Amino acid sequence: MIDRSFTIFIWLMAGMVLFAFGWLISDVVIQGASKLSWQFLTDEPTRSGREGGIYPIIVSTLLILMIALVVVLPLGLGSAIWLAEFSRKSSRRVRTTRLILDVLAGVPSIVFGLFGYAFFCGFLELGFSILSGGLTLACMMLPILIRTTEAGLSAVPQDWRKAGAALGMSRTTLLWQVLLPYASPAITAGLLLSIGRATAETAALIFTSGYVDRMPESLNDSGRALAVHIYDLSMNVVGGDKASYGSALVLIVMVVIINLSASTLSEFWLEKKVSRLK
Amino acid sequence: MSNSPVKGNAYTLGSIEQGEPCCDPIPHFSINNLAVSYHNETVLSNVSLEVYKGCITALIGPSGCGKSSFLTALNRLSDMVAGAEVSGDIVFEGENIFDASIDVRALRTKVGMIFQKPNPFPLSIRKNLELPLKEHGVRNKSEIESKIFDALQSVGLWDEVKDRLQSSALSLSGGQQQRLCIARALILEPSVLLMDEPCSALDPISSGIVEEMIQRLAGRYTIIIVTHNLAQARRIANYAAFFWMKERVGKLIEFGQCRPLFESPQHSLTAAYVSGEMG
Repeated sequence: MIDRSFTIFIWLMAGMVLFAFGWLISDVVIQGASKLSWQFLTDEPTRSGREGGIYPIIVSTLLILMIALVVVLPLGLGSAIWLAEFSRKSSRRVRTTRLILDVLAGVPSIVFGLFGYAFFCGFLELGFSILSGGLTLACMMLPILIRTTEAGLSAVPQDWRKAGAALGMSRTTLLWQVLLPYASPAITAGLLLSIGRATAETAALIFTSGYVDRMPESLNDSGRALAVHIYDLSMNVVGGDKASYGSALVLIVMVVIINLSASTLSEFWLEKKVSRLK
Repeated sequence: MSNSPVKGNAYTLGSIEQGEPCCDPIPHFSINNLAVSYHNETVLSNVSLEVYKGCITALIGPSGCGKSSFLTALNRLSDMVAGAEVSGDIVFEGENIFDASIDVRALRTKVGMIFQKPNPFPLSIRKNLELPLKEHGVRNKSEIESKIFDALQSVGLWDEVKDRLQSSALSLSGGQQQRLCIARALILEPSVLLMDEPCSALDPISSGIVEEMIQRLAGRYTIIIVTHNLAQARRIANYAAFFWMKERVGKLIEFGQCRPLFESPQHSLTAAYVSGEMG
């Protein structure tokens, strides 16, 4: 009897979540689909975005994301590998690093925005630019990526490290051939999580990459990200709702595409190397 | 075989002079005054003994008396353990393995190790054997093939897996996995195999197969095996070393030829342990 009611309860909870999610998606799709057209994707916005398309905004978004990824991937994977494999786990330095990362992962994005504004835009004199925005996003993504990657690597059984060492194998070989491939689902999940956070980011970008909706001519130009565009259309532009929904739909599709390609790539490069029976 | 009595190990309580030497007593490892501590807590102290070439030496004694710590010092896997410190001398093939000039990775190719729990990599059977070979510079395809064949043959696994070298090593049974791990160690052509309770995680039949295989490998390899199975030690070992905990520190109590150690132990602790009264 208890089991039965508990099962019903669990189903109900899961159902509610699915329902909310379904509603959200269908709302965006239904409202945004009418706006969606080839022209919407390839035109410049006119009348503050009420009309025209979002081409420059898509380009800015991708550029910002690209800069963030170029910075985050080597730094994040490198630090995670250092933390998980090459550092003494109990040392004060490592524990402090972990603590700082955990705090940073929970810091509200507006704080990162403020930091980016002061440091990248101001101190480094990059101004409101795609570069500043990308670098600020990188700061935001780093702690998430590092901690998830580290957790993934730490979850790999110690047995294989011992086996590798006992065979006189270098830690680098073991890392590339066994540990990283085995941990790759966790790494990919961390990457997707941080990409998700980055593409959804508005607060930090208003401060750093700005909201100029023209086509950026270089990385030093200001560029408006999709999330900023959606925010602007729905909050500041009367009559911008339709375009806002259209942009939201584009953003969702973009995130799905990025997620799919990231998991496919990681599968292709790393995951297929190992088998995970047992 | 030599008839001359083996030099007594003054520091062990037992006598090695009892009985005929069972194989050429040429020292392969000479261990002198070895001590191991973790985070400044000594777990093993004052161990001195010689491990003879081509013989099987069994390390017996209750859990926690430092047998595994002793074993991991021999290939310096103890380097990997946080807080572990090893003192004393271990001379292997004429060199002290704690010398700064020692290439640890090369040492580990000569001194292979098998763990309690089979630990094949989560790769294909072939890849498990290929990886260490490539790591140590074997690139020639046909050479790799023949080495894989030899290694699998010598652990009796070739016929069982020859048709599925590409499938995952983790799809093998526990006993097969353990034999694959032994093959993986053998493929680097070591002269010594360290085995840390290699049968204890296996079912009786697999355990029997692995045990039989270890016996076949003796002679070609020097084997040091930790085992809690006294009957097994008695069946397969030429020499036995009995460890015991005294005041929470592991000590070597008696070392000698296996049969005399079991049948007429010199030390009362050994006698009590092998008869099952204690431990």
